[in-house]
Amino acid sequence: MAKMFAVVIVLIAIASAVPIVMHMWPMPQDISAHGHLIDEQFADTMLEAGISFLASQILLAFFVWRFSAPKTGDKIKSFPGGAVGLVVAAFLLVGTEVLALGLMGSKAWAAVYFTAPAADAVNIQAQAGQFAFYFRYPGPDGTFGPIHADQISEANANFFGLDTTHDQDSKDDIVTAELAIPVNKEVHLIMHAKDVGHSFYVPELRVQQDFVPGLDVSIHFTATKIGRYEIVCTQLCGLGHYNMKAYLEVKSQEDYDAWIKQQAALQ
Amino acid sequence: MHDLSAHAVPHGAPTSFIRKHVFSLDHKVIGKQYYALALVAAVVGMFLSWLMRIHLGWGSLAIPGLHLLSSSGAPGDVMTPEYYLQLMTMHGTIMVFFVLTTAPFAAFGNFFLPIQTGAEDMPFPHFNMMSFWVTFVAFLVMIAAFFVPDGPTLGGWTQYAPLSAIGQVGGPGQGWGVVCWAASIAIFCIGQLLGSLNFITTTLDMRCKGMSLMRLPLSAWGWFITSVMGLTAFAVLMPACILLILDHVAGTSFFVPSNLVIGDHVLPHTGGSTLLWQHLFWFFGHPEVYIAIVPGLGIVSHVLITNMRRPMLSHRVLIYSMGALAALSYMVYGHHMFVSGMNPVSSLAFSFPTLVITIPSTIVVLIWLGSLYGSKLRINAASLFSLGFISMFISGGVSGFFLAQPSIDIMLHATYFVVGHFHLVMGVAAMFGIFAGTYFWFPKMTGRMMNEGLGKAHFILSFIGAYCIFMPFHYLGIAGNVRRYQAFTDDYLIPLVPVHKFITVAALLTGFAQLIFVSNLIYSRFRGELAPSDNPWQGTSLEWSTATPPPHNNFGDTMPVVYHDPYQYSVEGASTDFIMQTSTENVHSPDEEK
Repeated sequence: MAKMFAVVIVLIAIASAVPIVMHMWPMPQDISAHGHLIDEQFADTMLEAGISFLASQILLAFFVWRFSAPKTGDKIKSFPGGAVGLVVAAFLLVGTEVLALGLMGSKAWAAVYFTAPAADAVNIQAQAGQFAFYFRYPGPDGTFGPIHADQISEANANFFGLDTTHDQDSKDDIVTAELAIPVNKEVHLIMHAKDVGHSFYVPELRVQQDFVPGLDVSIHFTATKIGRYEIVCTQLCGLGHYNMKAYLEVKSQEDYDAWIKQQAALQ
Repeated sequence: MHDLSAHAVPHGAPTSFIRKHVFSLDHKVIGKQYYALALVAAVVGMFLSWLMRIHLGWGSLAIPGLHLLSSSGAPGDVMTPEYYLQLMTMHGTIMVFFVLTTAPFAAFGNFFLPIQTGAEDMPFPHFNMMSFWVTFVAFLVMIAAFFVPDGPTLGGWTQYAPLSAIGQVGGPGQGWGVVCWAASIAIFCIGQLLGSLNFITTTLDMRCKGMSLMRLPLSAWGWFITSVMGLTAFAVLMPACILLILDHVAGTSFFVPSNLVIGDHVLPHTGGSTLLWQHLFWFFGHPEVYIAIVPGLGIVSHVLITNMRRPMLSHRVLIYSMGALAALSYMVYGHHMFVSGMNPVSSLAFSFPTLVITIPSTIVVLIWLGSLYGSKLRINAASLFSLGFISMFISGGVSGFFLAQPSIDIMLHATYFVVGHFHLVMGVAAMFGIFAGTYFWFPKMTGRMMNEGLGKAHFILSFIGAYCIFMPFHYLGIAGNVRRYQAFTDDYLIPLVPVHKFITVAALLTGFAQLIFVSNLIYSRFRGELAPSDNPWQGTSLEWSTATPPPHNNFGDTMPVVYHDPYQYSVEGASTDFIMQTSTENVHSPDEEK
């Protein structure tokens, strides 16, 4: 039984590693300017975690195989170096490893969160509500009109509660159900929750950020590849959570400009 | 350490059936009651997971009879999206609170902590009885959620606000369902606080003569450290749940900010904070992970030592490592909130302790592996589940490397990677700890042995099955598969559906393998082979020096006196390969505590 168990551990360890090594279910392609930092950090961590995983499981299997059938007269042996050696090894190896991962990972995190959006970034407001996303562009005046919660109306398609009669800034705001952005241009997304918690997740963009009711959160990113990508909600928001999605359209600057004009005409 | 003369026997032996088996003051009976409750809860929780998994694999499949559970949640026996979320919420809540907290800590701890410390009972037996019955009531209140209008809450075991705090407008189950959930958990917290109080005082004040703290077995240390965590963590969750109930029934707005709009109506709440709930919940929630796993660390260490016929390389290092895990668990909770909107600087502040916690975890694993080296390992169901625990703890631990880093968490947060991680390290590992404890202590608890052949079959099927279920979760998460979805309709998720079908088949088969355990448990309880002696595993700690099953006051007429460390195995010059703690044989290993 011990030897069977040892073989099973090794087989499971190897079988667990194969899909990773073979990239059977890889991360979605990266289409962002910052994504390579996250991907590199992920790859480094996978290497270190993978080695730790395989080495520990194989060692466990080997010791179970080797020491489970003692012969008569066998004496207990102590591990070379004893507990002190193992504690020192844990501090040196794992301590160094986690410190290095922590510091390198901080760099990637800082690149996403510790820099201000560029002055010429495209400002877009995203609003999440059960169970749809809506997006607002400020129009030619570059300013978003205020949100009036009491005027939000799905029935009248006034998703942001805009008062275009009284608020000058709201008159040219453009509201859409999909997020179109220009390629290779930074986007500053201001996130507003209408009702409960939601999240903005585009795996290809390497962006995930919660919408926080009562608190507008902002993120900024640059998409580097033209295409159509799904935006999904990752914060459990109610019965339609699984079906709450929208699309991110990354367009060339020309196509984006044309699209904005078209959307403005539709308001 | 207490002077026995200063303590009267806490209570006399019961004479009536009710006092003996129902409202018992005896910690051993209370331990068995907790175990039975955890067993029932585990069956319910596993059944719910089966329903969820079938739905995830074959969403339109009618599950015969499902409408009996909820006619509105399963019209035509096909699960609705909201009913999937309701079952998911109940699965998570029942498993975390009523199984993983109850069995390894409250069940085994109640039965064995007083015996391993050499006490006649816990110092507050009425509180102890109350702790179980309060927990039982909490379970009933949780189950009652199935029968209130619209059924249980759909908000997940984390019950994030404001979805959990706005009432029925949030969706099915968000009214009475949430109130039941919060009331149940608040009541559960009371039970845990009473239990923790007893565990701490038993350990610190009820030890028999000669039983210094360092002479306590590692299992006792696991329960003691967990009880300290329980006292502090549940004391935070309970008021949080009370505030959540007030948001429902008293018109308060602790967790609901102003100007939320649902159905084109502005909600009548002002001034609350959604992140406040997350901070309070995770201040409890992350220590809870260790509340579930630290008793397992102690139990499998105790079981392994007996089966390796040697002490761990260092008794003290293991104790300090468990203590470090407990202390650090309060400093890392923010890693659940990296993308929550919390200040990004705080994310880094929470990231480093999360990475540092891998050091004591690694030390524990290395001490286990180093102790296996050169041992005389016995293979039986208990030791196999302990070894399986180590394997799961390693697998679940290394995936923690990823989630500890906020930059990687951007990709993996709220995906199946997280689900795979916590199921391995907190769920399966803790369950393996429960199984190891059951196979090991069953003879002491009942006087009978469990069937070893069935135990080994149960182990190997569970071990392979658990990996088949939870390792693919990690691949799904890396591919961006979001958790808490009742169906995968997104273009990029559709190719992953076959993986979900594989997981569902594995979950059903592994679930059926648990029937082997339940059958073995029930059969052995009544018809199992009688335990050959009071000490069938040739153990050294105090539970093996008393009768099987132990008498009402644990040790009969003569209270134990301890002369040795807890794990004196294979000591040169000793008459046998083990020296019991109560042995007066004057042979000591060089490493024995002075």
